[in-house]
Amino acid sequence: MGGSPVLEKAGAAWTKDDVIDLLPSKDGNQIENYMINFGPQHPAAHGVLRLVMELDGEVIERCDPHIGLLHRGTEKLIEYKTYLQALPYMDRLDYVSPMCMEHSYVLAIEKLAGIEVPLRAKYIRTMFAEITRILNHILNVTTHAMDVGAMTPILWLFEEREKLMEFYERVSGARFHAAYFRPGGVHQEMPGNLLSDIKDWCDGFTRVLDEMQSLVADNRIFKQRNVDIGKISKEDAVAWGFTGPCIRASGVAWDLRKSQPYDAYHLMDFDVIVGNDGDCYARFMVRMDEMRQSLRIIRQCVVEMPEGSHATLDRKVAPPSRGEMKRSMEALIHHFKLYTEGLHVPAGEAYVATESPKGEFGIFMVADGTNKPWRCHVRATGMAHLQAMDFLCKGHMLADAPAILGSLDIVFGEVDR
Amino acid sequence: MDLQSPELGKHSWPVMAGSDGLEAHLRGLIGDDLVELVIHAGETGVVVRREALPAVMTKLRDDASLRLDQLIDICGVDYPDRAERFDVVYQLLSMRMNLRLRVTVTTDHRTPVPSLTGIWPVAGWYERETWDCYGVLFDGNPDLRRILTDYGFEGHPFRKDFPLTGHVELRYSEEHKRVVYEPVKLAQDFRSFDFLSPWEGTDYVLPGDEKANGGKPGA
Repeated sequence: MGGSPVLEKAGAAWTKDDVIDLLPSKDGNQIENYMINFGPQHPAAHGVLRLVMELDGEVIERCDPHIGLLHRGTEKLIEYKTYLQALPYMDRLDYVSPMCMEHSYVLAIEKLAGIEVPLRAKYIRTMFAEITRILNHILNVTTHAMDVGAMTPILWLFEEREKLMEFYERVSGARFHAAYFRPGGVHQEMPGNLLSDIKDWCDGFTRVLDEMQSLVADNRIFKQRNVDIGKISKEDAVAWGFTGPCIRASGVAWDLRKSQPYDAYHLMDFDVIVGNDGDCYARFMVRMDEMRQSLRIIRQCVVEMPEGSHATLDRKVAPPSRGEMKRSMEALIHHFKLYTEGLHVPAGEAYVATESPKGEFGIFMVADGTNKPWRCHVRATGMAHLQAMDFLCKGHMLADAPAILGSLDIVFGEVDR
Repeated sequence: MDLQSPELGKHSWPVMAGSDGLEAHLRGLIGDDLVELVIHAGETGVVVRREALPAVMTKLRDDASLRLDQLIDICGVDYPDRAERFDVVYQLLSMRMNLRLRVTVTTDHRTPVPSLTGIWPVAGWYERETWDCYGVLFDGNPDLRRILTDYGFEGHPFRKDFPLTGHVELRYSEEHKRVVYEPVKLAQDFRSFDFLSPWEGTDYVLPGDEKANGGKPGA
């Protein structure tokens, strides 16, 4: 036993030179960086992410994300489905904000086919897009807090998230994969008392949100783990293709809901939340405040919700009601044609982007005039953000990587498609 | 950012700022490198010469009245019937001018497209994705590895001639104690239903129709 340098040194303070002495190297002075695998099965990887990191001690020198472990070939599958059949694939992209994924897709079809949408449908879609934003941000801010050690937020806010999914269920029948937004409007009318329930929920949620923020926002540990971590400047954020809360946290006042409004957003009164520092803390706080703005929009939608049809009355686009179908031969034919052949979209290309909770979510649709898209490319928000991991992590400690990853709001269903 | 547009509230899809004079400006700016300028559904797209792509992109980014300084997306589109079968489509965004522009180049499976990684770092992964899915080569991308498909994947799955089911399937083999790859075996053939109305959209001859054109019945 005696003679081992490790045991002889036990109890005394270690220096870097001691470690170097222990390393088997040719000239005795060289430390090689070592590589570690972070993921693909790691609770802080937010899904199936494999990060290959080169570490110098605990400092990240290089970070190479390997993605594609959840690649399902959605874009290829869509080419083999009619426009309506392909819609549920959208829910499965970013499964944390399903309706916002559908939103870009239906708007792209409506743009190419020139479909008019009734005002009520626009309001319903706007309202549910904002409910989805809160749904997404709840998951992100709480898991981000958990990644850096705070356990309580996730327990408090997931109760609220459950209530939001109940709204999903009441309106579409499904808690997650709603397939509720359809070309020409939404699938079905809302149940009678849903609006007043949503309004009641809004009143209660404000208090929960404030309480949750008071837990973490001024907490010393939370700030030490987030302030000045993963900082990105305005110019870099633009060059790295950042959008959504991530670029607003860097001080760019850019929000597609304001600058390129779709559906009923031009009628809504809300503020664009802008941060200053572009660090993890700023991204967290931008999302917290965005939830409050979403509440404002939801309240306006509830109050101003116009009467009318939930979808276009053009029977070449939206199906007739079940009751009508039982009585009218023409309605039956329309229903049959819509669910077998589906609608035809005139040939052409269009890129439609909406402000999903994570940032710009775009659909590039190439239609060839038939009932199936020739090409439907999904512009995944998270892909640009994740690509910047190397840029953001360089020089940070290993423990900062989960904080940075959490603040970027990555969901692999969307990144890998 | 106040947006005053007569289109506001008219339709559901995003309303963008007016693009008066954009077409003439683009023609002047890109000059001889412009192959085609397409305006469809209110969106402007330019097809440019492949070799001139980095120069055109730099011009578009730095032009004072465009400031298209964000590369939003790159994707491929496959048209197997064309001589240069692939489109590589770049979506540009100007946050300052609230403007979008689509830039397209064409290529085939052999000819590389100049990489944009020197202009926008974000191009790196997008080009990797296009390489992975379509097999389009990018000249100058320092890290052109596959990105979405499996390690050791063969072929480019988004090409139109690549079958939807793929060529191999994998399973865990108890015998070998590892994952093994095998040729795809389908319990049932992949079914492709023809739902296109015979009155529109079809490009084949329905049984019996050949008689009308003087062909032989049953041919």
